[in-house]
Amino acid sequence: MSVEKKFGDYGGQYVPEALMPAIEELTDAYERYVLNNEDGFMDEFRRRIRDFGGRPTPLERADQLSERYDREVYLKREDLLHGGAHKLNNALGQVLLAKYMGKERIIAETGAGQHGTATAMAAAHLDLPCEIYMGRRDINRQRPNVFRMRLNDAEVTPVDVGRGTLKEAISETMRDWARTVETTHYVIGSIVGPAPFPAMVRDFHSVIGEEIDRQFRERFDEPPGAVVACAGGGSNTMGTFDAFVDGDAELYAVEAGGSSLTVDDEAGVAPHSASLSTGEEGVLHGARTKLLQDDHGQILESHSVSSGLDYAGVGPELAHLVDEGRVVPTNVDDDAALEAFHRLSQEEGVIPALETAHAFGFLEAVAGPETTRDRELPETVVVNVSGRGDKDLEAVVEETDKRDLENAPSMEVFDG
Amino acid sequence: MSDAAGLAAAFEEPAFVPYLAAGDPDVEASLEYVEALARGGADAIELGLPFSEPIAEGPTIQQAVVRSLEGGMTPERFFEFVEALDVDVPLVCMTYYNLIYQYGDGEPVVPFVERAAEVGLEGFVVPDLPAEEADRLRAACDEFGLDLVFIVAPTTRGDRLAAIVERVSGYLYVQARLGVTGARSDVSGRTAESLDRLAEQAAADIPKAVGFGISSGEQAAEVVAAGADGVIVGSALVDIVAQGHADDDPPGVVADRLEAKARELKQGALAGAQRPPRPEGT
Repeated sequence: MSVEKKFGDYGGQYVPEALMPAIEELTDAYERYVLNNEDGFMDEFRRRIRDFGGRPTPLERADQLSERYDREVYLKREDLLHGGAHKLNNALGQVLLAKYMGKERIIAETGAGQHGTATAMAAAHLDLPCEIYMGRRDINRQRPNVFRMRLNDAEVTPVDVGRGTLKEAISETMRDWARTVETTHYVIGSIVGPAPFPAMVRDFHSVIGEEIDRQFRERFDEPPGAVVACAGGGSNTMGTFDAFVDGDAELYAVEAGGSSLTVDDEAGVAPHSASLSTGEEGVLHGARTKLLQDDHGQILESHSVSSGLDYAGVGPELAHLVDEGRVVPTNVDDDAALEAFHRLSQEEGVIPALETAHAFGFLEAVAGPETTRDRELPETVVVNVSGRGDKDLEAVVEETDKRDLENAPSMEVFDG
Repeated sequence: MSDAAGLAAAFEEPAFVPYLAAGDPDVEASLEYVEALARGGADAIELGLPFSEPIAEGPTIQQAVVRSLEGGMTPERFFEFVEALDVDVPLVCMTYYNLIYQYGDGEPVVPFVERAAEVGLEGFVVPDLPAEEADRLRAACDEFGLDLVFIVAPTTRGDRLAAIVERVSGYLYVQARLGVTGARSDVSGRTAESLDRLAEQAAADIPKAVGFGISSGEQAAEVVAAGADGVIVGSALVDIVAQGHADDDPPGVVADRLEAKARELKQGALAGAQRPPRPEGT
């Protein structure tokens, strides 16, 4: 197998020269250890993601949602992976790879804190020092995850530039890497960045879709009709879709519609994070992809109620699959995501991450009792529950309080 | 508008190449600052067109980028800025690839380069564009007779260096240390190592300018004595602009400071050429 550096016109390696030798070294290591299982790397990865991570995760029939939407709805329970999100697949894979490469230190960016906590866990598990960059605003939105990272002995460094979210954290981590590249591996948290990251991160996550395919066939003897996943950078999305790209299943990537899809050009702010649905081709953080940007090419500040989706770019492979018509991009706004959050919590006993809630918001929009969208979903649907919602409880209380949601439980107990 | 010819010509004697972010903190003052650098002895000037995600820059230049963008800088205003400048040294546009890619209608990259040539820019430095991705910009530069400068890092070796040398024109920007831009009090020992490596490769013909961290005349002298054809200084000058802005000093006063600093750096570069070459093996 050879390393995929481009996906159609997307992807590539747009990074400072200082990083290029490290990226070449990583490309070589990815090819040898991941693609060719040299020194039994993939065997060790599979063993560790099973024993430490808890794979395989279940595929569960959602009884209440199946009834509500009058079709077979299945949940892929990545929220049950160690750490509470799919993120460990990639973090463990990359930290192990860093170890095989002889690197002495791990750095990573994090938005919602899920990738940061997964990287901190993996680094502790494999005994490497670890520093996590996190935007100041995200730190305030996701405090429990900051403490979890520290509990795993990671250093958490706040990033104050810009709006203090994922975009700034990635830029700052790249700056650290430019300084420390000879001894340090940058565990990028999504299918973004320069090649080989997008392909490599996808490969570590592709176990999600492989398990869905096997687990679904055990019950139905055929693949699912549709597969749904939320999309920020797109790591859980591509991990879920990869096994199905060559098949017939409909693939829906659900982005954050935020508070509105209208861009405020004057302020340089997009009140959403729907780069697949609305973005334009450009170059950011090492790759050519679809971006939220102004007419001049300056990157817009994105927004979402969920920090994990709050990013102005998206993985180049997803951008390509959207252009090819293989993946359908769609989006769900903050209100609908919150409503879906409460629905899944109440009806299925699963408290999802706010990121994940967007995928369920899409289900409600296309198949719910008050659907306004003119789209007929297939009879069988698998939704990836990319993470659990414990980290979001503070934000959910606050955001629910601001809104008049019909299905919200009382939050009064939290007052005073 | 510049009427100088070709970037390499700026390196006939040890060259001083300053960097400022265009429009920092506003267009009027910034014009004055760039002209002060030319008066102070700059042989070529790198003008930053600010990008919202400057991943190769340290805190000093990040803040300059913020000030310039808040002052309303855009690619078109940048070109007008260059047109309005009254200097007779070659000007280089330093920016990130997305701004070059998005400018104008039609085939990407070409309209930006065409406009740059029209306003009299001599070349580009694009920190997030390694040789692998540069063919389109290289071709456009060839079409309009502009230079494309590449950065060589302390980690750049072998085939990578050869690929860069094959595509570069104007000068090689030799990065003195790993990391991002920003003034330092010491000059990295890796500078000499990098220059030696470049001398061994087939890069003898192209001027080599060392940057990243140089902030004093003495450092400039050391770098030239180590074999550089010139020094690039950014953050130490941007610091002067930032300090003047923070203290609300009149632009004329800040411009005088910049001119004095430029003189120090240019004299340092010239003095470095008078020092004996380093003994073998150091």
